Amino acid sequence: MARRTPTAVRIGADLVGVLVLLACVFPVYWMVSRSFLPRNRIKGEDPVLVPWHGTLANYRKVLGDDGFGDAMMTSLSVTLLTVAVAILFAFLAAVAVSRFRFRGRRTFILTLLLIQMIPAEALFISQYKMLDGMGLLNSVVGLTLVYVAGVLPFTVWTLRGFVDGVPRELEEAAMIDGCSRTGAFFRVTLPLLAPGLVATGVFGFIQAWNEFTLAVVVMTDPGSKTLPVWLVAFTDSRSRGVDWGAIMASSTLITIPVIVFFLLVQRRMVTGLTAGAVKG
Amino acid sequence: MPRPAARRTNLPLGLVLPAVALLALALGYPLVRQVVLSLQEFGLAQQFGRPPSWNGLGNYRDLLTDRELWVVVLRTIAFCFVNAALTFGIGLGLALLMARMSRPVRILAQCGLLLAWAMPVVAAMTVWQFLFDTEYGVVNWLLTKAGGDFEGHGWLLDPWSFFFVATVVVVWMSVPFVVFTMYAALTQVPEDVMEAAEIDGASPWQRFVHVVLPAIRPVLLVVVLLQVIWDLRVFTQIYTLQKAGGVSGDTNLLGTYIYTLGIKGGDFGTAAAAAMFMLALTVVLTAPYVRLMIKQEED
Repeated sequence: MARRTPTAVRIGADLVGVLVLLACVFPVYWMVSRSFLPRNRIKGEDPVLVPWHGTLANYRKVLGDDGFGDAMMTSLSVTLLTVAVAILFAFLAAVAVSRFRFRGRRTFILTLLLIQMIPAEALFISQYKMLDGMGLLNSVVGLTLVYVAGVLPFTVWTLRGFVDGVPRELEEAAMIDGCSRTGAFFRVTLPLLAPGLVATGVFGFIQAWNEFTLAVVVMTDPGSKTLPVWLVAFTDSRSRGVDWGAIMASSTLITIPVIVFFLLVQRRMVTGLTAGAVKG
Repeated sequence: MPRPAARRTNLPLGLVLPAVALLALALGYPLVRQVVLSLQEFGLAQQFGRPPSWNGLGNYRDLLTDRELWVVVLRTIAFCFVNAALTFGIGLGLALLMARMSRPVRILAQCGLLLAWAMPVVAAMTVWQFLFDTEYGVVNWLLTKAGGDFEGHGWLLDPWSFFFVATVVVVWMSVPFVVFTMYAALTQVPEDVMEAAEIDGASPWQRFVHVVLPAIRPVLLVVVLLQVIWDLRVFTQIYTLQKAGGVSGDTNLLGTYIYTLGIKGGDFGTAAAAAMFMLALTVVLTAPYVRLMIKQEED
């Protein structure tokens, strides 16, 4: 809608735009700036607007904390394992759905759609009981199991779109040139799928890294908390007086990887959704 | 269009198998188990080894005749609709305005929205809690400066202001998705139709209702329904705010209610029944979305 806009409307819209910018950025700015302030400057009469002469003490404190280190290890292991398993399984399934017609194909696709509608909060009781029965509470494997199930429907869905996007004629041309069917797939199609694999991998990473509900239910041991669960427990230690500087520093640390990865995929997520919905 | 495979092969089934097996184990089995669990007496005694006894529909009866469940359900639905409506209204409004902003402002606003969108829920929760903090919160400071009596005001103590804070955070985090999706949809509205309508003398409002709305309808439907689903299952926000010192009984939504019953209270039978209830509620509310998706898949 590249239309001429009357100047008055434009100015009004710009004003709203600036307000939106402030509303979005201010909390983030507050988080990052407080993370550089020592306790006495956070507590002061009037809030410090810009942290001149800031300190890295909060970061040193958080990074030196055993709880943070353990949680970082747990989060990293669960996240990487989730991404690896989800990508592998989703890739195989996406190839099957996109390249073959087979009995049960439609049922499989529709089941994936339905599963996406199930909220984690409606299943965590029985998932907890199941992992408890399998001796997998507080274990990376147990949490990964439920995480992969959570991201698989979406990853199969997206990857299928990417496989659909690679023309079969390319494979056929390679087969005429003497490749086997499998060879053609691995040499021609797979490299073209790399961006899709990266995008879905990043999506899985963000999901697993941020997930809270299942983690808080399943990972209760002090040593096996994921970062979000650790952070909430850390915020909660009211008795000793809340250390907002340290909390803001750890929130910043948890956020950085997500922001970086998020910027890589968000455009794809939006265009995917609108394209899919408009086509119907 | 993929053509039918030339020879019969079990290869595709083999490729789908890992995903199917994992989903069956991590979702299918718990789902079946949850149905069973919801029909059993499974409390503290069973936690310590007593075999569970069958309870028929007893858990459901207890649950459905308990006034608290209905209070929680009504609260959940009210919270969901208020948040979904606010998010969608603000989001659509901003998407429409975005097309009218000058380029640099638009780009800056989009960057801000991206930042709010990408923020992990838990990190966003800590920041907002800090902003509304009783002692150090900048909100109290600002309101006091503006002449109010907000020194040492505890926002999370009263259920109404508790849900006000929760709504602020939820809307803050979910508006960006609506803006980006609706803005993308708005850019797809055919320019020539808009111009034709203008030449025919249609007012901006008429153009919006008769040209823009029909064109963005599919995306609009999906966005509204996704918003409802997401706001129905709000857990993290409520859980963290409760931990930060709210009154937990009066602020439970379905998710935290199930958590309190089962994980904290150890009454897994009733918690499972409550979870089934939540599942049913989700199914009812998502039916239109699912139908839309199935229709697309069949086309």
